[in-house]
Amino acid sequence: MNTVSIVLVSHSEEIARGLKKLLEQVQPGVAIAACGGMDGEIGTNAFAIKEAIESVYSEKGVLVLFDLGSGYLNTEMAIEMLDNQENIKISDAPLVEGAYAAAVESGIGGSLEEVLKASQSAKEYRKIPN
Amino acid sequence: MDITITKVKNWILQLNEKIQDEKMYLTELDQAIGDGDHGLNMARGFEEAVNRIDQGDFHDLGQLFKTVAMALLSKVGGASGPLYGTVFMKMSSTLNGKSEVSIKEFSQALKDGLDGLKMRGKAEVGEKTMVDVWEPVVRYLLDSEKIDTKEIKSLAKMRMESTKDLEAKKGRASYLGKRSIGHIDPGSRSSYLFFATLADAIDQGESAE
Repeated sequence: MNTVSIVLVSHSEEIARGLKKLLEQVQPGVAIAACGGMDGEIGTNAFAIKEAIESVYSEKGVLVLFDLGSGYLNTEMAIEMLDNQENIKISDAPLVEGAYAAAVESGIGGSLEEVLKASQSAKEYRKIPN
Repeated sequence: MDITITKVKNWILQLNEKIQDEKMYLTELDQAIGDGDHGLNMARGFEEAVNRIDQGDFHDLGQLFKTVAMALLSKVGGASGPLYGTVFMKMSSTLNGKSEVSIKEFSQALKDGLDGLKMRGKAEVGEKTMVDVWEPVVRYLLDSEKIDTKEIKSLAKMRMESTKDLEAKKGRASYLGKRSIGHIDPGSRSSYLFFATLADAIDQGESAE
């Protein structure tokens, strides 16, 4: 894969899957993995996140975005369990807006650092123009 | 007072029983200030841990604790999964290859568990978390010449109750700010159960459940 891949971690399976669908429409060609819920219920799971990262692993890098608290803890654990922890970053961004910005940046060939920065800048992005 | 495989198995069995008994209470505590999943998540995780312990044949404390950690990570879902998972993982590495340890060595493993917990949750004492119970109890275990299991229980209970007066600084409860005061932290309650059942298991000796 010659673009940065994106992993979406949510407590809800539907949120992760729905967001993946949205992003694929906006930016085809970027590998995106959805990792939501925990055995069909609300939650996150370190092993499932690890598999999701591996499923879209790219030499160019993988950016993981999460929705709430335990998504972060489980993503950290997932990365610690990987054999190859190079080129994987966790974004401190709002999930939907951050993933949208990340997908666009990745699609135009951005590096992992650039994709991370784009996603985190979504925190300041004004949705209602003044 | 050595800690053996049998004692640890008894401990985890009793901890699971307490968590199942308090499933609704832990959830109520979490509904007041958190996201309301602590009881259900812990009950699901420890039930799985006990199932895996029942199916296994253990000769090594490290392997036993790793089994518990993996069960919690697979089944818990909320923040308590990676938090307790990290504790048991760290204890597993410290006790790797050992089938029996002195209470001092075991206390060191708990200290490594506590360090992992603080690293994972980025929490310190006074932030209304599990650490408010863990830090003083582990300190007591490491510093005491002679360990009194009654003291473990009463210290853990007192520290758990004292989280009521604290303002939450971590997790979902921190969104509430001062409104989190007046409620016991659910993670401190499950941590109290952790140490209370450990104290019982130490007292009970080698007899199987």
